[in-house]
Amino acid sequence: MKSYAYDLLVNGERIDGRKLEDYREIEIEPGIIKNAEGSALVKIGNTKIISGVKFGTCTPYPDTPEEGTLSVNAEFTPLASPDFEAGPPGEDATELARVVDRGIRESECIDFKKFCITPSEKAWSISVDIHVINHDGNLIDCAFLASVSALLNARVPKLKDEQIVRGDYKEDLKVLHKPIEVTVCKVGDKFLLDPNFEEESAVEAKLTVCFREDGNICALQKQGSKELGIDEIKKMVEIATEKSKELRRLLPKS
Amino acid sequence: MITRRPYEEKEERTGKEDENLESVEMQEHTLREIVLPGEMVAEKKGRKLGDNVYEEDDKIFAKVVGISVVNENEIKIIPMAGVYIPKINDKVIGVITEVGISGWTVDINSPYISFLPVSEGVDEFVDTNRMDISRFFDVGDVIFCKVSKVTKNKTIRVSMRSLGARKLYGGAIVKVQPTKIPRIIGKAGSMINLIKTKTGCVIYVGKNGVIWIRGDNNIKAIEAILTIERESHTVGLTDKIDKMLGGSAGYAGVGYASSGGPSKESSQESKQE
Amino acid sequence: MAKTEEKLIVNGKRLDGRAFADLRPVRMQVGVVERADGSAQVSFGNTEAIVSAYGPRKLFPRFMQEQDTGIIRYRYNMAAFSTSDRVQPGTSRRGIEISKVSRIAFEPVIFLEDFPVTTIDVFTEIIQADGSTRVTGINAASLALATAGIPMRNLITACSVGKVDGELVVDLNGQEDNNSDADVAIAMIVPKEKLTLLQMDGLLTKEELFKILDMGRDTCKKIYEMQKSAIKEAYKPKPEKTEKTEKEAKTEKEKNRKVKEER
Repeated sequence: MKSYAYDLLVNGERIDGRKLEDYREIEIEPGIIKNAEGSALVKIGNTKIISGVKFGTCTPYPDTPEEGTLSVNAEFTPLASPDFEAGPPGEDATELARVVDRGIRESECIDFKKFCITPSEKAWSISVDIHVINHDGNLIDCAFLASVSALLNARVPKLKDEQIVRGDYKEDLKVLHKPIEVTVCKVGDKFLLDPNFEEESAVEAKLTVCFREDGNICALQKQGSKELGIDEIKKMVEIATEKSKELRRLLPKS
Repeated sequence: MITRRPYEEKEERTGKEDENLESVEMQEHTLREIVLPGEMVAEKKGRKLGDNVYEEDDKIFAKVVGISVVNENEIKIIPMAGVYIPKINDKVIGVITEVGISGWTVDINSPYISFLPVSEGVDEFVDTNRMDISRFFDVGDVIFCKVSKVTKNKTIRVSMRSLGARKLYGGAIVKVQPTKIPRIIGKAGSMINLIKTKTGCVIYVGKNGVIWIRGDNNIKAIEAILTIERESHTVGLTDKIDKMLGGSAGYAGVGYASSGGPSKESSQESKQE
Repeated sequence: MAKTEEKLIVNGKRLDGRAFADLRPVRMQVGVVERADGSAQVSFGNTEAIVSAYGPRKLFPRFMQEQDTGIIRYRYNMAAFSTSDRVQPGTSRRGIEISKVSRIAFEPVIFLEDFPVTTIDVFTEIIQADGSTRVTGINAASLALATAGIPMRNLITACSVGKVDGELVVDLNGQEDNNSDADVAIAMIVPKEKLTLLQMDGLLTKEELFKILDMGRDTCKKIYEMQKSAIKEAYKPKPEKTEKTEKEAKTEKEKNRKVKEER
């Protein structure tokens, strides 16, 4: 059964009166989790996501003895939506984590070579953990903003005798680029941005595009059960390019 | 009572016309091209959409791998593969899997479960409050029945109220791909009759890909049927089957008719309860 | 994974001798898993996938059943021995994501509404991995679904396109995949030029991305013809099986195996 939002959207209208290319109100609160080395709460409308950055140590991969590692994990916590179940991440949470991971990694916004502690033995491992607090649509864009914002206020802990001293920081984490992900959605022949939960159930196809500030695209992911023509994809990339510049201005200063 | 094998029956629209056509098509496809999903079959030109095709911009496209059948009234595809999807009036062989209060659940070799209500299975009046209907059909019984109703969500009802419908006793069951059934039956029953004559077995063929065989030579019959299934695209198959069965003349033992009609057995069977 | 210092494009050709728009040698065969309703084995160079399709069949648990439509379940898995470093058996996050996007690649074309309450199950095993595994799996899955008789609007065809040493190339092998500047996976409905899967990671300008979409479309066109041939080949009327033809088939098989070993 099609959501009532479908009838509105195919005619270019939205329940809350927004234009098709408008995002809801965005609020970014950096540094809210004291025990995390970096964190941010991002609200897009009623969608709320907290991203936390934690530093740990690891053994470098054999083929990159002087590089640290990054891992991104997403939890669709059951408190955030009646549709989320407790347990290990399902396919949607896994997909979101990996799309955010690719955006961060491929944009080269973190220089992994700076994370060597002892070559071949010890290096920093950065974990970005995404927790969904309320699901009202557009989780990927919100999670990405939260994750990049968290990295921007992250600080590298001090090491004493090769042990991490929590709460004591050596320096700010250097973030070299500011990637932004924009998800463009299609309903009928209309393109829209930032659907809420109700609108998202009417969306037929989505394309998430990740941009670096120099305009390079560093990740792409198509979702949704309908196909997209090549021309439609080109149009969606253009829409996303413009919007990403707007969103980037909202990022906290590093 | 029952005097003719169900699939030779002419009264109802059994789809025998289709069977004949499908069998001919299957043999003649050696000369015809297979169509693939998404390939255009014909312009619609006001014709009816048959099975396994879809319409777009007044053109008709194939949904499955198969052979196209285009005439002035209808456009359809005979599929080369696929599970059995029940259609009304199909004659099928089913196995009782559950005995309920007002009917039986029947497995008809389909992703959809079918139900045989008491009223469709038994002629006499049955007081379901008092009687345990397993005395008529019990779990494991094999029946030859007809699909009498298919709803939109594919809930299936079968019925024994059909000429030739009956319980099948003993024997062995062979399952084949439902799309091979027309080839196994052959043009006007030629292939299946060849097997029956040469092996002396009683054979019932269900549209749902289930075949029931009883006879001393049933192994030979089963081999022949599986060979047809496996090599249905091969040229010269009929001769090959003939040779395969050549060694065994019809076995006219007690109780088993050689090419025989069920009429001989019905008296036998009504004694077996 | 560290990028190699080695040059991957030398004198305008790729290390394996291919031109930028060349596919690796492709082999497609249907009907390799006899128990399945439909199956296929497809290889692009050394990447090899075996796929089985089952269904429509009964779906349990019942809460997963949809009253007015069937569902698809797609499982992508890499065999432990498929890569140079052994892959830990079991589900991985990568496997879960690839399974999801592969399933979504088929959702636009399968007539699920024809099969309420049932499921169509697709199992993809990558038995040898040398780059572009998910698209190889999808090409094989198309054949498996078609030969299982599952109604579809069209076949789905897939390929990989990427940027290697600054050049745009198609059908990346393992070495190119690991060292690419960018790597794009595409699945599409070729006759309609519509995409059902699109994933990319790396760095590309918008213009490069648009060029890659065009190259992907042209490459998929070639692969689509191969898919159609593979299916039609399987249903070609075969000559009668006599002792002589059996012997000929045996020598042909021996010859093919020797060719494989020499590669």
